[in-house]
Amino acid sequence: MAVNRQLPRDSAYARACFALGRTAGRLSRVTGRGGGGTLPGHVVLRLRPMALRELTAGKTVVLVSGTNGKSTTTRLLAAAAAWLGPVVSNPDGANLLPGLVSALVAGPAGAPTVILEVDELFLPAALAATDAEVVLLLNLSRDQLDRVKEVGSHVTRWAAALRASPQVKVVANRDDPLVVAAVRGGRDDDASVVWVAAGSPWRSDASLCPRCGFAWDATAQPWSCEDCGLAAPAFRWALGAGNALLSATGQVTPLRLSLPGRASAANAVMAAAAAHLLGVPVDAALERFQPVRDVDGRYLRVQLDGREVQLLLAKNPAGWLEVLAELATTAGALLLGINARTADGTDPSWLWDVPFEQLRSRRVVVFGDRALDLSVRLQYAEVPHQVERDLVRALASLGDTEVQVAANYTAFVEARSMLRAATA
Amino acid sequence: MTALTIVSVFPELFGTYGDVGNVLVLERRLAWRGIPVEVVPVSVAQPFPTSGDLYVFGGSEDEAQERALVALRSSQLSQTVEAGAHLFGVCAGLQVLGRTFQGGDGEVHEGMGLLDATTTRLDRRVVGEVVAVFNEQIGLPRLTGFANHGGGTELGPGASPLAKTVAGRGNDGLPGGPEGAVQGRVVTTYLHGPVLARNPAFADWLLERVLGTPLEPLPPGPSEALHAERTALA
Repeated sequence: MAVNRQLPRDSAYARACFALGRTAGRLSRVTGRGGGGTLPGHVVLRLRPMALRELTAGKTVVLVSGTNGKSTTTRLLAAAAAWLGPVVSNPDGANLLPGLVSALVAGPAGAPTVILEVDELFLPAALAATDAEVVLLLNLSRDQLDRVKEVGSHVTRWAAALRASPQVKVVANRDDPLVVAAVRGGRDDDASVVWVAAGSPWRSDASLCPRCGFAWDATAQPWSCEDCGLAAPAFRWALGAGNALLSATGQVTPLRLSLPGRASAANAVMAAAAAHLLGVPVDAALERFQPVRDVDGRYLRVQLDGREVQLLLAKNPAGWLEVLAELATTAGALLLGINARTADGTDPSWLWDVPFEQLRSRRVVVFGDRALDLSVRLQYAEVPHQVERDLVRALASLGDTEVQVAANYTAFVEARSMLRAATA
Repeated sequence: MTALTIVSVFPELFGTYGDVGNVLVLERRLAWRGIPVEVVPVSVAQPFPTSGDLYVFGGSEDEAQERALVALRSSQLSQTVEAGAHLFGVCAGLQVLGRTFQGGDGEVHEGMGLLDATTTRLDRRVVGEVVAVFNEQIGLPRLTGFANHGGGTELGPGASPLAKTVAGRGNDGLPGGPEGAVQGRVVTTYLHGPVLARNPAFADWLLERVLGTPLEPLPPGPSEALHAERTALA
């Protein structure tokens, strides 16, 4: 590995490679062939396979991973870390190797801090390729099982990755038994671990103790395994009542987020804990969270034809559980979208793990490639609804003044493009 | 009329792929017809009920499957089936009801022996849409679902395939291979979706076997539209 470890800025050839990647991205955008997206990363990686290591060498690197909340947490943490100086981040959610490299070549060249969201399967490779200072572990739950096979396999992969990177400090959600099992497997003690009580409403992937397989009460609060002793550790930071940041010493600071929902507050608490570890005072971090009103379209609010439309992303049962709780605080019509393309996972069976019964009193229209799968789920949940596969027509069919659009990944992207175009 | 009892077997373990939906589909399709029905979810830590008319097993992760097997071994499941109960198993549910299956770690486990089937690890996991034609005795509209399994199952002479794949791969991991298995009152499939949500006629066929009487048809709804959309893939 040593051959490629020289700092990139020391090598004119490396600099030329990174510049070429940037140019490719610009050309792609200008010629309308694509958003630019991950193309720079692909180009650079062809020439410099170790680009992730080279581009992060000498920088303070933070990696953010987990099934849900990666983008929001990364966005908030990047905002807070700007208190320290320029930050490089991947706010577009491209969280595999080409996406990380694209963000790094595009970012401000001298930025000392790098905040990257990382796909949970890719995290071990990302940890191996960077001398990361901090890793945030948010949560683990069923998602894209056609790709991932088993949720439990993340636990062993993450544990091995933490063992292989003993230098990295860990900020982890102590309320998710799978996350705790991964950290316990990767660290002998808590010296380098900051535990955060960020909550974990979804427990259906922890029906057995993730360390020893004992059949326990997964819903107990606080949870513990009477067989092997795995238990929720004492927290340093917590999401307190009324959306406040609670410290282990009992200090309460209101979050005052612009982003709605419990999940956003949980992500903010994780981000605040990491920011504190980087040397950002808590008050400064929270102050910098406030201007964040949407995260690459998540929670985006637009006025469209006299209607207030809000966009929410929910990719899997744990995410839908949070979004349903958020929808319960709203009164308008609901537009729910489901696709099952590669980026979504191609099996939408998980719709049956979502308690859509909660929507019985709402006006619901479903759209997307797999609108019929959702329609059948809603029929059995006895939620009256209409099917209108096309999003534009679905939105037009609603006379309501307030509309919440909740969709899984590619359906969300489609809705975001439409809403942005309509309000540009 | 006493209520038909559907036992949802270890939903916390056999619930990885949305298969709990099968129980809801069965329950609603009876309730919509005014037929009394009771769903009894049983967790792995509870005593296993023997009074069920239909026991429904779903898909699970490898470790959960082995844990479920331990609990099933101490249940009266075999005697319950002999006494007239029906079983419906999906994926891991199919594997544990068979003679033997190989776990994720390669270890061979003794199954419940209620289905003449043996499962070994496939070199390549089966993942994707499946369309299959039901065997002639069943003769229902084509079967649709989503397969996601690392085990390959071979049926012995005691069991018959539920269907034959015409798109996607079968029990054995091969295109055109057999899909699922039937042996007396034991009906199994590898398909998620959940399978009964996508195949309303199959759901009613199962219920008619348990009730022993034909059911009045329900007005066509989104399930029929979904069935048509998914079977059009082949």
